[in-house]
Amino acid sequence: MNESLVTLRNVTKVYTDKKRRQVKAVDGISLDIYRGETLGLVGESGCGKSTTGNLLVHLLTATSGSILFEGQDITHMSERRFGAFRSSIQMVFQDPYASINPQKKIGWLLEEPLVIHHREMGKEERQHMVKRMLQVVGLDESYKDRYPGQLSGGQRQRVSIALALILNPSFVVADEPVSALDVSVQAQILNLMKRLQKEYGLTYLFISHDLNVVSYMSDRIGVMYLGSIVEIGSQEEITWHARHPYTQALFSASAREDGEKRERIVLKGDVPSPSNPPSGCPFHTRCPYCTDKCRQEKPQLQEISKGWMAACHYCGEQKQGETAALPYDGEGIAI
Amino acid sequence: MNSVCKVKNFSLSFVQDKKEYAAVRDVNMEIAPGEIVALIGESGCGKSVTALSMIGLQPENARVSGSIRFGDEELLTLNDREWSFYRGDRISMIFQEPMTALNPLIKVGKQIQENVLLHQKVTGEAAVKQVLEVLKQVGLPDVERIYQSYPHQLSGGQRQRIMIAMAFVNNPDLLIADEPTTALDVTIQAQIMDLMKKMNRERQTAVLLISHDLGVIRDLCSRVYIMYAGRVVESGPVEYVLKEPVHPYTRGLAAAIPSAGRRGRELESIPGTVEPLQRRSKKGCPFAGRCFGAQSLCHEETPHSYSYRGRDVYCHLSPAEIEKRSAERKADHE
Repeated sequence: MNESLVTLRNVTKVYTDKKRRQVKAVDGISLDIYRGETLGLVGESGCGKSTTGNLLVHLLTATSGSILFEGQDITHMSERRFGAFRSSIQMVFQDPYASINPQKKIGWLLEEPLVIHHREMGKEERQHMVKRMLQVVGLDESYKDRYPGQLSGGQRQRVSIALALILNPSFVVADEPVSALDVSVQAQILNLMKRLQKEYGLTYLFISHDLNVVSYMSDRIGVMYLGSIVEIGSQEEITWHARHPYTQALFSASAREDGEKRERIVLKGDVPSPSNPPSGCPFHTRCPYCTDKCRQEKPQLQEISKGWMAACHYCGEQKQGETAALPYDGEGIAI
Repeated sequence: MNSVCKVKNFSLSFVQDKKEYAAVRDVNMEIAPGEIVALIGESGCGKSVTALSMIGLQPENARVSGSIRFGDEELLTLNDREWSFYRGDRISMIFQEPMTALNPLIKVGKQIQENVLLHQKVTGEAAVKQVLEVLKQVGLPDVERIYQSYPHQLSGGQRQRIMIAMAFVNNPDLLIADEPTTALDVTIQAQIMDLMKKMNRERQTAVLLISHDLGVIRDLCSRVYIMYAGRVVESGPVEYVLKEPVHPYTRGLAAAIPSAGRRGRELESIPGTVEPLQRRSKKGCPFAGRCFGAQSLCHEETPHSYSYRGRDVYCHLSPAEIEKRSAERKADHE
């Protein structure tokens, strides 16, 4: 499974805000997404997780760095040349109400990508594909004559998934695919995504702010904060043994299977604005263990064990399995 | 039970094109002084309109019946003028999105002060003092500067703190919090929940928390009401209801939640979706159409509640029968 399907090297995306300040939405991230795995990407709003997803599907172009797909550099590819990759790289969006054209019937919507990417296909063959795809996502054939407005949220998300899969992609970026859904419907969609991954050998980048959903879905998890990856490792390592203080705080609130809770770590303050990031470690303004070194020097990702990395000056000092080795002052409330 | 608020046989229906659609039916609920109670349910289950009715803010085309008693007072018959004595004073509310709940053109301190002057016979100066005090209590730094800020100058977490300050400034007996952290980031959610707990402890204010975050509910609440399609289906102490749910809907809900511990296993999902208001049947159990244990009686008659290990369950089947049918279904599945 260690064959890299997607590779990001030092990818940066800089925006210019209204006051002409440079905002680094994604600040030099490097990561590999392996064939057949689900890589979860978590973080709070403005951390750059969605920007990263959009860069991968070519909705945005990176300012610097390179993105490789199956070894080919797609970073600055023209739309024309990228067209060949479009069918391999697909996306499922958060809000199926906003991402599907409400004026077209489901059948038309599903046929459209085939018309564009498979010109050799006849009408009959296309309609056969549409029918089969609807079945695959658990909707019956009659849905092809309905409009998106006639479907429930869960059914629409099934249509979005059908839309993403109809071109037979190998890589799917799912940006908060279940956040707009109720719990019982969310479970249906997650089960569907898991089943399809197995059947079609899909690779997922699963972006979400819901830590329980990410822990359930992902093989590996990357944690982002202010445009950087602060920790990345296997689901086990990140969920239960996190080394970075930010990861520890994030996952401290998630419940265990039997309802047993861990000590909830409440961080002080707000996430700093990406247009005015703090010096040194981006997390130092909220870190319970901050030192002078953290205020001055930005820590780089360093390996803890194979495949597990964290960007903290002190993460190497904790033994494996120990999470909060450094003293935590317990002060909860403050802004 | 000594209660701050007692909801009895409460029903609410929306009137549209001369037709009535029942959104809430026969809800019974009770909140004791100083208690934090959770109300859980999926969208469209009627939890928000129930909560809004407790503070007299139900939509205009809503028709209500039954009773909501607050102490000795019946809330459902209050007129607008009478409501102004209660709202923001003895009963207050926090909404999901603080930006839309605050007036964007008025300084936040002024907005809180207004609430003090409306309900207390104090001078403007004394009111300002109270506001600064409550701003400090909700953990805001540099309160004089915050007082002079407009909502857009504050972060989402700070705005929600302002809402909490406004809700608590008159020492209410009951606070209704409708998904107060849903719009906030995970680490800010933790801060706000901590704050709600602290305010509840210090001021002994009863809280009705509407949420779908079971982690938060386990942390904060003592009892929980589960609603489905307008009716309460199960209620009782959090540790019983969430750990060993009895009602088929609660069981399905609890089993549908993904977690690290459930990796590698398929999540249990409830087939189908919640029926929209217009298509709901008037008779029978609201969950019958999606229930694994439904029999013909379930479609015909609305179940009464029975007590079982400290909780109330609204189901025609006994816990043993539910268990048996659930096991049968699982066996069929495999």
